[in-house]
Amino acid sequence: MVPDVRTERDAWTAERAAVVRDAVGIGVATGAYALSFGAISTAAGFSVAQTCVLSLAMFTGASQFALAGVVGTGGAASAGVATAVLLGTRNALYGVRLAPLLRVRGVRKLAAAQLVIDESAAMATAREEPRAGRLGFWSTGLAVFVCWNTGTLIGAAGASALADPRTLGLDAAAPAAFLALVAPRLRRRDNAAVGAVAAAVALASTPFVPVGVPVLLAALVAVGAGLRPQAESA
Amino acid sequence: MWTAVLTGSFGCYALKLAGVSLPQRVLDDARVQRIGVFLPVALLSALVATQTFTTGQHLTLDARAAGLAVAAAAVLARAPFLVVIIAASTATALVRALA
Repeated sequence: MVPDVRTERDAWTAERAAVVRDAVGIGVATGAYALSFGAISTAAGFSVAQTCVLSLAMFTGASQFALAGVVGTGGAASAGVATAVLLGTRNALYGVRLAPLLRVRGVRKLAAAQLVIDESAAMATAREEPRAGRLGFWSTGLAVFVCWNTGTLIGAAGASALADPRTLGLDAAAPAAFLALVAPRLRRRDNAAVGAVAAAVALASTPFVPVGVPVLLAALVAVGAGLRPQAESA
Repeated sequence: MWTAVLTGSFGCYALKLAGVSLPQRVLDDARVQRIGVFLPVALLSALVATQTFTTGQHLTLDARAAGLAVAAAAVLARAPFLVVIIAASTATALVRALA
């Protein structure tokens, strides 16, 4: 029998709508999160323009929070940049996974690369069908890009109007943001161990090295743990 | 500051572009995969610790610790991201105002 073309097309129409709906939902959620980035970044001493350029050009939340966090606590800008770039390495790993699905070249590849973030990678790999995965990637990436940058501008402009961000407790907002970002990963026991040792190394080295460097030393914990011979086949 | 904004942005974009350009083979190495998972965990955990318990090169215990405790409770209660941030900031501001 000939497959029922109409039913197949209807199913795709329904799935397409579901993918886009999810993408918009994730976009709105990250837009709210961008409000706090805008506020933290201006509290750290970045101008509204610099904060907005970070969201447009760096466009990867954890790295942006890290740069603002390190610079805001008096760390060298170079240490902040190094931390931000190290955090960005996971986007490279996402990219390697996404490349065969996206199959992009030229200008579309340059655009796709910028949209490779936690959310778009998750939405692209959550779908079974390749075309649904591609749609998930592009719609989530674009929805987050628009909402993330809008939220950043509002948050930055709002917070820069405040006299002293410390009276609002904004210096506690950055560590709270990092905690919320890392918490889902700590359910795995090996991750929790790496996190605990990394935090201990960072605190123990604080009195002896320049501000911002303890976090970079903590990165060595990850490298050490990754290179350690594995007992079980993970 | 502009130098930090631009070099950081360039570095992060270069990594994304490298990712979509690299062959799948690089993921075959289990060590690469493990370091890729551990790196954000180590960096974020270290950031939580240093941003809460240090001021410059000194270890300190101040109102931010209260903020972090409230944030941890909010995370455990599965509160949305923005609620976690606002709860932590408010707790810190309150402790500071009362001290």
